[in-house]
Formats: sequence, structure tokens, C-alpha cells
Amino acid sequence: MNDEALQLPAATLARRVGAGDRSSLATTDAAFARSQAVGAGPDGLNIFLGHDREWSRAEAEAIDARVVRGESVGPLAGVPVAVKDNLATVHLPTTCGSRILEGYRSPFEATAVRRLREAGAVVVGKTNMDEFAMGSSTESSAYGPTRNPRAPDRVPGGSSGGSAAAVAAGIVPIALGSETGGSVRQPAAFCGITGIKPTYGRVSRYGLVAYGSSLDHVGVMGRTVDDAALGLQVIAGYDGRDATCLDVPVPDYRSAASSSMAGVVIGRPREYFPASLDPRVREACDAALDALRAAGAEVRDVSLPHTALAIPAYYIVAPAEASSNLARFDGARYGLRLSGEGLRGMYESTRSRGFGAEVTRRILLGTYVLSAGYYDAYYRKAMEVRRLITNDFAAVFGAGVHALVTPTTPTPAFRLGEVSDPYEMYLSDVFTVTANLAGVPAMSVPAGFVDALPIGVQVIAPHFGEHAMLGVAYALERALGVGGAR
Amino acid sequence: MSATRPAPDYELVVGLEVHVQLRTRTKIFCPCPTDFGAPPNANTCPVCLALPGALPVLNAHAVQLAVRTALALECTVHRTSVFARKNYFYPDLPKGYQISQFDQPIATAGRLDIGEAAGGAPRVIGITRAHMEEDAGKSVHDRFPSVTAIDLNRAGTPLVEIVSEPDIRTPAEARAYCGRLKEILEYTGVSDANMEEGSLRVDANVSVRLRGATALGTKTEIKNMNSFSGVERAIAVEFERQCARLEAGEAIVQQTLLWDATRQEVRPARSKEGSHDYRYFPDPDLPPLILDAAFIAHERASLPELPAARRTRMQAQYAVSPYEAGVLTASRALADYFEAVAAALGDGKPAANWIMGEVLAHLNNAGTTIAEFAVPPADLASLLALVRDGTVSNSAAKRIFARMTQGEGAPAAIAEREGLTQVRDDGALVAWVDEVWAAHPDEATRLAAGEKKLLGVLVGAVMKRSGGRADPRRVNQLLAAKLSG
Repeated sequence: MNDEALQLPAATLARRVGAGDRSSLATTDAAFARSQAVGAGPDGLNIFLGHDREWSRAEAEAIDARVVRGESVGPLAGVPVAVKDNLATVHLPTTCGSRILEGYRSPFEATAVRRLREAGAVVVGKTNMDEFAMGSSTESSAYGPTRNPRAPDRVPGGSSGGSAAAVAAGIVPIALGSETGGSVRQPAAFCGITGIKPTYGRVSRYGLVAYGSSLDHVGVMGRTVDDAALGLQVIAGYDGRDATCLDVPVPDYRSAASSSMAGVVIGRPREYFPASLDPRVREACDAALDALRAAGAEVRDVSLPHTALAIPAYYIVAPAEASSNLARFDGARYGLRLSGEGLRGMYESTRSRGFGAEVTRRILLGTYVLSAGYYDAYYRKAMEVRRLITNDFAAVFGAGVHALVTPTTPTPAFRLGEVSDPYEMYLSDVFTVTANLAGVPAMSVPAGFVDALPIGVQVIAPHFGEHAMLGVAYALERALGVGGAR
Repeated sequence: MSATRPAPDYELVVGLEVHVQLRTRTKIFCPCPTDFGAPPNANTCPVCLALPGALPVLNAHAVQLAVRTALALECTVHRTSVFARKNYFYPDLPKGYQISQFDQPIATAGRLDIGEAAGGAPRVIGITRAHMEEDAGKSVHDRFPSVTAIDLNRAGTPLVEIVSEPDIRTPAEARAYCGRLKEILEYTGVSDANMEEGSLRVDANVSVRLRGATALGTKTEIKNMNSFSGVERAIAVEFERQCARLEAGEAIVQQTLLWDATRQEVRPARSKEGSHDYRYFPDPDLPPLILDAAFIAHERASLPELPAARRTRMQAQYAVSPYEAGVLTASRALADYFEAVAAALGDGKPAANWIMGEVLAHLNNAGTTIAEFAVPPADLASLLALVRDGTVSNSAAKRIFARMTQGEGAPAAIAEREGLTQVRDDGALVAWVDEVWAAHPDEATRLAAGEKKLLGVLVGAVMKRSGGRADPRRVNQLLAAKLSG
């Protein structure tokens, strides 16, 4: 079963629901039907970790009732959305893909989720993810991997693999994900959709279960650039509950759809096009650059010289912060508690059995790099590298470049189980972690196919340059077609 | 067992770490109330329970009070300071880390003069640093059999930790430091500074060395002292213990000790397993704390006069002794009261005498404080003015005062109503003197014969006849005149 409403641009759907031309309830039912039709369940694509159809229907009915009463219902009225399972929700559990939070229900709601719901969106499910967002394939989920709807023997990417799959499978036009090193953009690229990581401080992290706090972002995925831009519009903006969220005005992102590329300077950073890059990925990106040039943009070769240091720096900073952030999962107050001999026994059995291998590896790594005698050699050094990477971006953008265009990932989606070496897995984030380290906004837009698998092109902009970034993304989508399918 | 007894060769070296609970309405990183005595875990929320996804937001009032504390201790307040995570596992530490300040505290390099209060030479103790941090919760081991209960009401309570230099040389100096510090904290209004309620906690780092040595000896840290006298005693006991060990040729073991006030001894704390590596790093959830220079200047300008300066000024302004100045500045409210009375009366000395005598005695008997005292300063000044101009006698004034404390109104009205004004009209006085002279012929004769002590008896009789209202000085004069006449 398919429903044409789910194929509509989210803005159009919301407008129709708001005008009373389209039932929110019927749209929600269509999303659940679509989910069933594509086999989103645990035996199939394994997209969702939590859903409650009756609750979602009640939410939808409430929207419809408000429309009947003539109330304004918001820019996402009746739009079904999916939410990554590390964003706190009150009605549905928030497990972070981990045994340690199996069945955990938050008494409060993440700011981004609250804003979606206040805009009229209907949450249809919590999506599968790498455990605590640590991974690039959604294979480290304690509840089994998600499969890529475009090629079910392939991973959807990660860690926001479930959200990317929910959009790619046509269940929802918009989904929330989160990023610490590329976890929105990489799965968006693997699944052939759009994924936005906004500027650090643009979207509140309140209610996002922390992995690496200084690198964590709430991100948004959309079937199209416009769907993603609409989602960002709703969740962006100041929130007094997150001290790192900045009070910067939120422009009208969707107006970037009419941005001209004339006079826009696009940088092509050579470090993102190494000799070892798959030539088909390179060609796809260069085709995208050609399209921008054809639209009037100027393309310049630029250099971000410290790019090669990004992965090592990232795998020090992120685990260091994680080792501290995940200390709260101690069995004392909530989540899994296993008994052992005394207090220490409780900690050891709860944490050693509650966390999976990748999470344990990163906690150990992070604990090590923060230890007395190693702090200067690792954490302090990594923070210095981070400053250099940030300066690289500042220098390029300061020299008149408006946005950078790069491949999102070195390869298309790999097969489930294909990448077993952790370090090889870490390298799939090589083009995305830089933006997390620097805090600049970045997004992935479909750029075509390699071996019939989607690949993405990445657009990176200066801090709070989302509007300019989206202007480039809209232009790419116009040239390359939705899903890069032109 | 005095501090100087064990061996004259050894010198005591003490540094104090004082945790001060800031008097904010809410916690340092969440809006939960800081009320003392709420039911267990009533004052908690997702932030101080460390629920997944919750984030800390710094309480601006806590910053203001920390800055005020630092300025009162003459510290350098830093424009940029950084919150760090101190990582360790403990059930009453919900996040698995304490948010504190580590290598970039809000203030450093202050000083506290503990000599001035005794009227003696200055004795300055250096303040190494003052930093902001959150308190942990409380583990309750004796509430339920065989399990530990956790009360997180206190988790996230704002603290300033004030670390002194190892400048303290005697247990008495340690106590004086605590006393001066408490006074400043109260004066500036930053804390209740109450050891019993836990809003002031003192830990002592204690070491000894041969007198004349410059290197520090191995230190021990004493915790669990719950009064200033306990601080003094614990340090004296630990000094003695360390000296005895050194005398016996044994080394001092660096460790944490707990003061047992009942047994008057220190004993090793339950060792938490392994040695701690707190893995400090800057808290990524909290941007560096940047203070505006104008804000610091404003806080500096709005500091109240501090107790030491006030004592010095009061001695000069009101001609009170160092001792009197000390008593009158025991609390800011008492000093304010004194100065208000002195100003209204235009004279400090009688105000000081009355407040140190009648007022403090009344407060003591009533078990109350100056803040709750029913007599406004202006009324007390009026009463003292009546005494000064002879309208009422000193003894009548005490009776009037007793009625004023019951809220019976202004002193002049009470004096009038109760007939306590002094009679200085010679017509009435002469009549009373004559009546007494006639009624006590024997005493009159003996007095006239030179038995001077009977003058008092006759004055007393006149006073009695007048109902206590006769001006005793005038009665004396009239009786003397009768003798000479």
C-alpha cells in the first residue's frame, strides 16, 4: 500500500492538513501502513525501536480537531515524523539502542521533539541507531542492525541509520537524527536522502542523550532539501535549557530555494579528493560542482591542510567526553541494574553487561586519554588540533569562499558485516568529522549512484551559514534531481 | 595537651579548605529549591538527577555571590573561569562527575587578617583560590537495614570552596580563621555559614616540620569537624599524633582522617578503593564563564563595609573599646542596630553600654536574635535620651525598656502612663525630704552627728516615698542642705 500524501512535500502536506483538505489521522495511518508494507519491523528493515500506533493516532486526531476548531496548527501540521531513539520522548521509550536503557521512559521531552510536536508533527516512531550513537552503520545497536531500504543487504549508515531508513523507505518525509561525527550526513548519503547537521549551538541539545557533548548536534533528515529545511526551521533557535545553544536569529531557510548561484564562490578542498578516492565518487562530486558552475557559481580549489588530523583528534575528544557522559548509567537510579558484590560489583555487572562492545571500547579509550599523565599528550593535543581544523575553515571562508563542496563519504553503503575492523569503520567518517570538530554547518545532498547505490555530496558553510548552505543544496537538487536520480 | 607541648622542635603547618553553601534560592545548575529539611529527593529534577539528555545551566545569582565572596576576601576575580568535570563513581554523585572549577577558578590570591579581631597585630592568612562547584547528594546508611539510601536534595547545591595557603601555625589560628571567615560570609550575605546545617564545612590539611625548615612535611587531611572548637581540637590532636610518630621515628602517612568529636580522636576514613584519578577536563556543556569588568566593579562597589574595617571605624567614631567593637560587630544586624541607635542619640557610648547590657541580656533570655528584636533603634535612642536629660532615672529606664520589649510603645508614653518620669520640682522634693526627716528622727539626729552612711538610708526613704520618681541627685543635695542648714 502506498499513499500519495507521503510523497508530497512536507510543506504542502502540512498546508493541506492545516486547511482541512487532508486528515492528519489518515496521514498517520498511511505512515503506519507504509511502514508495514516496506517491512520496517524487526524481521525486516528493523527501522523502529519504539512506536505506539494508538498514541500517534490520538496525536493526529488532536491535530484534526484543532483544524476543525479553526485553530492554527503549525508548519508541520499532520506531518508524520520519526525521531532517533537518543532524543528524549515522554510517551515512547528512549533506549539509545542500548540494553542499559531498555524500556527507559524519560519524564521530559527533548526541545527538538517538543518543537516538532508544537508545529503539528505526529511522531510515528523512535528509530534504531548505533548504541549511544557510536558507530557508522547502525550495526552496534543492541536491538539488531537496520537494513538499507535501497539495498537490504547493505547498512543504512549510522549512527542515525533508522531515521535515514524511515525517510528513504517513504514512511516519513522528515526525521530527527543526531550527529557527533557525521551520523546524520553519512546515513543520508547511504540512503539517498538529505541530511543536515546545523551549526553547533543552532539547535538545542536539551534531551539529546549525550555522547560527545562538544561534538553532539541534533540534525534533521528529509526526503528532499525542502523537507529537511522545513524541519530545521522548526527545531532551530535559542533554548535556555542548553547553555551551549546560542541566541542567534533564525532566518527563513526555505527562502534559500530561490537563491541564485550567480556570484557564489564554492570551494573544492583538495584534501577531500585524495588520489585514493573512488573515481566514481570523485566524478559524481565533480559533476555536482559542474552543475553549480553552470548555475553561475565560481568554483575554486582550496586547501584545509589539517584535515588528515581530524579522525585521530575526533577519536580522542569524542571518547573522552563519552567516558564521562556515560558514567551516569550506573544502575543506581534508572535503567538496567544488575547486582554484584557490593557497590563496585553492581557497577561492574551493570555496565559490563549493559553496554555493548563498541561503547565499552570508547569508554575505555576515553578514560585512558583523560588519565593523569596522558591528558596533555592526548586530550590537550587533540583540542589543539581541533583549533587548527577550525582555523582551516575560518581561513577559507574568510578568503571569500561561501561554501565548500566535498564527497559526504568515500564509498557508498557497505554490506552488513563487511566492515569489522573498528578503525576501518571510523574512516567512513573521514569527510564528515571535520564539521563536528569545527562546529560549522554541513549537509549531505544526493549526488547520484555508484553500483546502483546512492552517494551524497556534502555542502559545508561558515558558522550560522545554514541559509547559504541550503541555497547551494537547493541548486544541487534542482540540477541533479530529488535523490540524485536525474 | 596544648599545641605547643609535644616538642618545641616541631612547627604545625595547617591549610584550610572551607566549603561554603551560597545563599541562593535555587541550585547551581537547575531550578530546584535549596531549602534545608525537605523530604528526601523532593528537591530534584531531571538535571540534578542526571537523567539522560538533561543539561546544566549556570545560576547567575550563584556567580554573583561567588564573586562577592572572592572580593570580600580580597581575591583577584578572573574575567574568564572554566567549569570542569571531576570524574568518579559514587551513588550520591548522580552524573558520575562533579562540576567544579579546576585549573581556571573564578578567583585566586586573596587574604584574610585574623589578627585584627583580637586588637592585636595583623596576622594575614593567604587565600590560594576560591572556586565554584556543586555539592553531591547524601548517602544514608542507617535509615534502612542492609541497604544504602540516596537523598539527592543536596545534589547541585551551589558551593564556593575557599582554599587557604598553609599559613596557619596554631590550632587557635585555625579557629580564628574560621571565625573571621564566617563573619565575612554573613556580613556579605553570601551564606548562612552554619556548620550545624552543613552550609559551612571545614577540612584541614595538617603537617608538621622542624621549626625553621622551609619544606612542607607529609600532610593528612582531617574531615568531619562540625564546630569551630572541633576544628581547633582536631588539629591539636592531629599535631600531637604527628609529633609523636616523628618522635618515634615513624613516617607520616598521607591519608584522610575523620574527627570523632565524641572520642576526641582522629581515625582513618574508610578508604575508597584505589587512588583517585579524577580525569578533570573542561565541561563541554558549560561555556567558559566570562565576567564583565563592569559587573565585577559593581559587585566591588556594592560590598558592605566588612567587619574588620567596621570595628576600626567604630572605635574612632564612637569611642568604644576594641572589645566593645568586637561584641557589637558579632553580627552585621547587631552592628547595624547599634549604629542606628548611636546615630539617633548622637552618642555612641550609652548606646554601646545599653546594647551590650540590657539588649543582649534580653535577647539571650528570650532566646532570640537582634533581627527579631521588637524595639526599633529610634525608640531605644529616645529612651536613652530620656535618661540623659534626667527625665527618667536609670532604674526607671530599665522598667520602661522591659515594657518596650513587650511592644508597649514609645518610651515617653510608657514613662508617662506608668508614672516613671523623674520629679525634679523642688516644691515636691522638699516636702518629701521634710516628711522623711520628720518620720525618721533617730536617723536624722545620727546623720547630723556625722554618721554619713545614714544619708543613703534617708535618700532611699525619700525615693520610696516618691514612688521611685524623685531625682536622687537633687534629693542628696536637699538632704545635705538640711544638714548644713
